[in-house]
Amino acid sequence: MDNLYKPFLSKILKVNPHTDIEYTFRMEYAGEVKPGQFFEVSIPKYGEAPISISGIGDGWVELTIRRVGKVTSELFESSEGKSFFMRGPYGNGFDLDLYKGKQLVVVAGGTGVSPVRGVINHFSRNLGQVDGFSVIVGFRSPEDILFSDDIALWKENKGFTLTVDHASEGYTGSQGMVTKYIPDIQFKDINTAQIVIVGPPRMMTACAGAFIERGVPEENIWISHERRMSCGLGKCGHCRMSHKYVCLDGPVFNYADAKHLVD
Amino acid sequence: MAYKISESALDAIIAGLSAQCAVYAPRLLAGWGTSSDVDIVGYAKIEKGSQIAFDKKSMYSFKEAILPISQTLFYFTEDEMREPRPAFAQAVVFLRGCELHGLSRLDDVYRADGKLDFYYEQLRSNTKFIVIGCEDGFESCFCESMGASGVPACDGYILSRGDGYVLISNFDELTDLVKAEKAEQIDFTPVPAKNTLKVNVPDEIPEEVATSPIWDEYDARCIICGRCNFVCPTCACFTMQDIFYDENVNAGERRRVWASCQIDGYTDIAGGIAFRKTKGERMRFKALHKLKDHKGRYGRNMCVGCGRCDDVCPEYISFSACVGKVAKACKEVGGNG
Ligand code: SF4
Ligand code: SF4
Ligand code: FES
Repeated sequence: MDNLYKPFLSKILKVNPHTDIEYTFRMEYAGEVKPGQFFEVSIPKYGEAPISISGIGDGWVELTIRRVGKVTSELFESSEGKSFFMRGPYGNGFDLDLYKGKQLVVVAGGTGVSPVRGVINHFSRNLGQVDGFSVIVGFRSPEDILFSDDIALWKENKGFTLTVDHASEGYTGSQGMVTKYIPDIQFKDINTAQIVIVGPPRMMTACAGAFIERGVPEENIWISHERRMSCGLGKCGHCRMSHKYVCLDGPVFNYADAKHLVD
Repeated sequence: MAYKISESALDAIIAGLSAQCAVYAPRLLAGWGTSSDVDIVGYAKIEKGSQIAFDKKSMYSFKEAILPISQTLFYFTEDEMREPRPAFAQAVVFLRGCELHGLSRLDDVYRADGKLDFYYEQLRSNTKFIVIGCEDGFESCFCESMGASGVPACDGYILSRGDGYVLISNFDELTDLVKAEKAEQIDFTPVPAKNTLKVNVPDEIPEEVATSPIWDEYDARCIICGRCNFVCPTCACFTMQDIFYDENVNAGERRRVWASCQIDGYTDIAGGIAFRKTKGERMRFKALHKLKDHKGRYGRNMCVGCGRCDDVCPEYISFSACVGKVAKACKEVGGNG
C-alpha cells in the first residue's frame, strides 16, 4: 500500500523573488498537473504547508510562496540547486476546456493571483481559444504587486486591468477595489461568459454578487477556496465545508454549489 | 458459536490472547480523572478478563487503540524519511456496540475515495473487534435513536450476566482458547441495546438550520476545551506536527495528533484569517457534521449516540439535547425533520 503522506524530494531549478516576502520557486516535477491544484510543501522540523501551483512547464511547476509561517520562512533560506520535500499535486484545479470558445473574465486579488496565474498565462498566450478575455488583478498597494514580469505580458491584452487598493501620491496606475472595474466589462453573451474569481473570502463574495447583478448565471462563476489544511487527502478534517473537502473536491468550486457550502 | 464461561475461564482466555497479541479493553485507570483521586474507565492493555470494566462506560472510546492520540508518521533526518514500526502486529479490542458502529464511520473517512490511510490500515486491518454487550445501556446513551444499538458483524461478543459470561467467538485463535477451557456451548443471539433516553433525530436537515438562533446559547456555555471531540468514537480529525530532538537538531519526527474543531486554531490560515470564531459556530459545525454533513458524503449519520460527549462536558452541554433542538429547528424552518 502506498503511503500517501510520504513526500518526495524535488530540485529547485530557479528562484524568482517578487517582493521581500514573496518568492516563486521553480521545482522539478514531471507528472500531470493543472493550474489551481496545490502541493503540500514538506520541510522536516518545520512541517507542511499547502502551496498552490502558480506556473506549469515542461518538467517543472512553480510555487509562489509568501513568507508567513515557519514552513515558508524556512523555504526562503533555500536556493537554486538545492531540493526540498513535497507531496501532491492535490485538488481538482481549473478545467481550461470549460472556458474554451467562450468569453472569459478572471478577477484575482493578492495572493489569489497565484492559483490563477496558470489560467491567465495560458489564455494570454492563446487568445484565439477564447471569445474575449478580460483580467482584473488587484493588490493592496504598489509594493504588494506580484508577478510584474507576467503583468508586462498580460498588459498587452487590452482587457487587462491592474489596480491597487491604496497608493501614495503620485501613483499613476488604477486604484480602488477590483469590484470597481466589474461594471466596465463588456459582455458579448452574458449567458455563456465564464467568470473565474480568486481571492480572500469577502472579495470573492463581493465579486460574485457584482457579476450576478449584471446577469451572469451562477453556474458560469468559478471560485477557488483557501482553507486550513493538514493532509490534502480528505482525512484530517481541517478544510471541510459542509460535506465537501476543499483539498479533494476543491479548491475550485462552481459558485452554484459553493454558495451552499457552510464553513 | 456461543459459550457460557466462568470468571476464571475468562481470565485464562484473555491471558491466552494477550500472550499472542495486544489486547485492549476499557479498564479502570486509577487516578486518571480530573482530580488525582478520581478513577476513570479508559482504554488500556489488559492481561486478565477481570480487568475489563463491564459495569461502566469508558470515558474515552476504543479509537485510541487504532488511532493513537499522537502517532509518529516519520522519523527524519535532513534528507531522509523513515516510517516507524506499527504499535502492534496483531491486536484484539473489546468495545461496545456503539463503538463498533463508530468504527464504520472512521472507515468512511480513513478508507474513503480509494485513498487508504497507510497508518490507519496498519493497525485497523490487523485488529479483531469483540463487542461488549449492553442490555440497557447507560443513562446518557441514545444509540437506539441513532440507529446504532444493534450488534454489527464482528469477531466476537461478550455479555456479562449474573451467572458469568456469554462469549461468542468468530475467530480460530479465540475459539481454541475457549475450547481449552471446556466451555459449555449454548444457544444465544445478541439483542440490540435499549435506552431510556429517546431523541428525535431529524432525517434531513435544511441548510437554514445552520443560521438558526439555536446555536447562540453555546456562545456563552461552551468553553472550547475540545473534550467532546477527544472522547468521541467517530471524531477523526488530526493535525500534523513536526518536532526535532534537542540532542540532534537535524533529526526529528513528524507526528499527527488528535485535533478538535472546537478549539482555537483549527481553521487558522495565513494572514490572520480564521473561519469559525464563535463558540456557537463551532458547536454548529460539529453538530451538523455528526447529523448532516457526514451523511451527505457517506450516506449515514456520523454520531452513534454513545453519549460520551455528554458525560465528559465540564459545562454540562448535552449533545442529545442539541440533537433535539436541531430537530425542532428543522420544523421551524419548514423542513421535514
Ligand atoms: S466538552 Fe463541552 S465545553 Fe468542551 S468543547 Fe465540547 S461542548 Fe464545549
Ligand atoms: S457525538 Fe457524542 S454521542 Fe455522538 S458519537 Fe460522538 S461522543 Fe458519542
Ligand atoms: S486538508 Fe485534510 S481533509 Fe482537507
